[in-house]
Amino acid sequence: MAGKSEPLTPRAKLAVTAGKAAAAVSRAAGKGSGSVIGGKVALRLDPDLLARLARHLDVVLVSATNGKTTTTRLLAEALRAGGPVVSNALGANMPAGITSALAGGSDARFGVIEVDEKYLAGVARDVAPKAIALLNLSRDQLDRAAETRMLAEKWREGLAGVEAIIIANADDPLITWAASSSPTVVWVAAGQSWKDDAWSCPSCGGVLQRPGDDWYCAECGFRRPTPTWALSGDHVVDPYGVAWPIHLQLPGRANKSNAAVSAAAAAAFGIDPKVALERMYKVQAVAGRYDVVTFQQRELRLLLAKNPAGWLETFSLIDGPPTPVVLSVNARGADGTDTSWLWDVDYTRLAGHPIMVIGDRKLDLAVRLEVAGLQFTVCADLDEAVRTAPPGRIETIANYTAFQDLRRRVGN
Amino acid sequence: MSESSLRLVWVYPDLLSTYGDQGNALVVERRALQRRVPVTRVDVRSDQPVPTSGDIYLIGGGEDRPQRLAAERLRRDGGLNRAVANGAIVFSVCAGYQILGHEFVNDLGRPEPGLGLLDVVSTRGEGARCVGDVLADIDPQLGLPPLTGFENHQGITHLGRTARPFARLRIGRGNGTGDGTEGAFNDTVFGTYMHGPVMARNPHIADMLIKLALDVNALPPTDDRWYDALRAERIAAATQPA
Repeated sequence: MAGKSEPLTPRAKLAVTAGKAAAAVSRAAGKGSGSVIGGKVALRLDPDLLARLARHLDVVLVSATNGKTTTTRLLAEALRAGGPVVSNALGANMPAGITSALAGGSDARFGVIEVDEKYLAGVARDVAPKAIALLNLSRDQLDRAAETRMLAEKWREGLAGVEAIIIANADDPLITWAASSSPTVVWVAAGQSWKDDAWSCPSCGGVLQRPGDDWYCAECGFRRPTPTWALSGDHVVDPYGVAWPIHLQLPGRANKSNAAVSAAAAAAFGIDPKVALERMYKVQAVAGRYDVVTFQQRELRLLLAKNPAGWLETFSLIDGPPTPVVLSVNARGADGTDTSWLWDVDYTRLAGHPIMVIGDRKLDLAVRLEVAGLQFTVCADLDEAVRTAPPGRIETIANYTAFQDLRRRVGN
Repeated sequence: MSESSLRLVWVYPDLLSTYGDQGNALVVERRALQRRVPVTRVDVRSDQPVPTSGDIYLIGGGEDRPQRLAAERLRRDGGLNRAVANGAIVFSVCAGYQILGHEFVNDLGRPEPGLGLLDVVSTRGEGARCVGDVLADIDPQLGLPPLTGFENHQGITHLGRTARPFARLRIGRGNGTGDGTEGAFNDTVFGTYMHGPVMARNPHIADMLIKLALDVNALPPTDDRWYDALRAERIAAATQPA
């Protein structure tokens, strides 16, 4: 599919080299992987570099509010059945980070790229992807993110002129709205537990009717498209009606959903669902998420939940009571500084679990849990929370920077 | 006011519930139940009629288009206006606050009629959104401790003669008019820009609404240590320079 004959221009090569040098300096200075600074330097020298790097690859983009890093990993694993893959597996998902990742994969055939929601339309224009996988859209980072429906609208406008095959979750009305202006869409019934950002018709504003798994607008007729792929329990049903078993090390319904979309996307590149799904089993932890670590002679499972939809999915995968649960919430820049979203999370689902509360905003959580009528203990930090927790593997659920703090503390 | 239970109506969660607005309903419900006052909570979707027999109505914040849709449907329905005419209490936040006024600027940039339940008119501010912790002193007539909240809006709300400022700002932008006011109220209708949600940060407001609805002067005490701790932390955060 991709033409590999055309070499990079001298300018592009220089940009790649300079970017790698900047990344190496950044790493040596102890400032992380250096992928973002490297990408920024390279893009400064050659603004078209991302497009040039992508020209040599069969590119698939992955975007969503939740699950994009995991899906990128699952899909990369599946596509390796067809050839070498380059991917921004560490979640650096804006143009600089993407450029840096692609620059490191000169021998690759496939590029599997996670893209931040706000950059999707631009990156799709730059890299001319063969496919784009769209999982879900919901409220996130309320103080600065674009309104959720506006984001869907921007995707719709941006994707209307893109030739890629769109693999889209038909169970999310906002994703359906974003994808349905595209010429080629593969609809996947991938499910969506969180429904509270799509009670209004994205097209006309009417109230959506949602009987069972279906949804439609009675006013304008906008409705759930007929899917050709479906997640059905522990299986992915392909367009021929064949049900393929999903075996993942990753827990939870949301990851089965990610696997179903990944299988449909891999099929667009000629990878058999059976092969794709078998390969996905290899994916264990994704950037620390779902990792089980030992800390103070206790087992902790690290779970990331950044927004109400993410918390909802996370509650459905944790071990039942009396498994102890540690909750940690921050409200720093990367988290969004508005903690109102805590009140959209149904914490009564944690009834029966011993609950320990930590993080910068533990008092917001304490009031939230008090009003939910739950018993909980507010602790100074992870160490105290782990000492306080009754026996058993501890489920630790944290939002974005709180999760990074946890990983640092446990040495993950 | 019914003798048997407190009827709490949450207006249009399908449109106006973007900023954890359910929290206000949960706090009012919880604090009433802690006083052994039974609560009947009704969540009214925007394709359903607004019941006129409620005691307390809560209406929350939302994005620009849902705000216009909510105003259209509430005007057409008329239930909320009839409830207020019957003496019902309304507490509104942000987009909901603007809807209760005479007029606001909708997502199409045009003036949109509100419900006229509060003597206020809202426009949209130029420049950056107001985002951050707020500290203000609530109108002394209401006898409440300082208001702490989180604002996240671009609105400017001008108060008319029959609306009193809900609070005087110490820190924050509030109504955005530069006159140091935040929110508005009259006899039974209240509006604020404060999220947080506001009742979680100011449980005394929930108690005030319950007292108004029950027509009592006092409620049995509750264990408010976590609310108090959160209030102290957020007031300190608002007063410390970032």
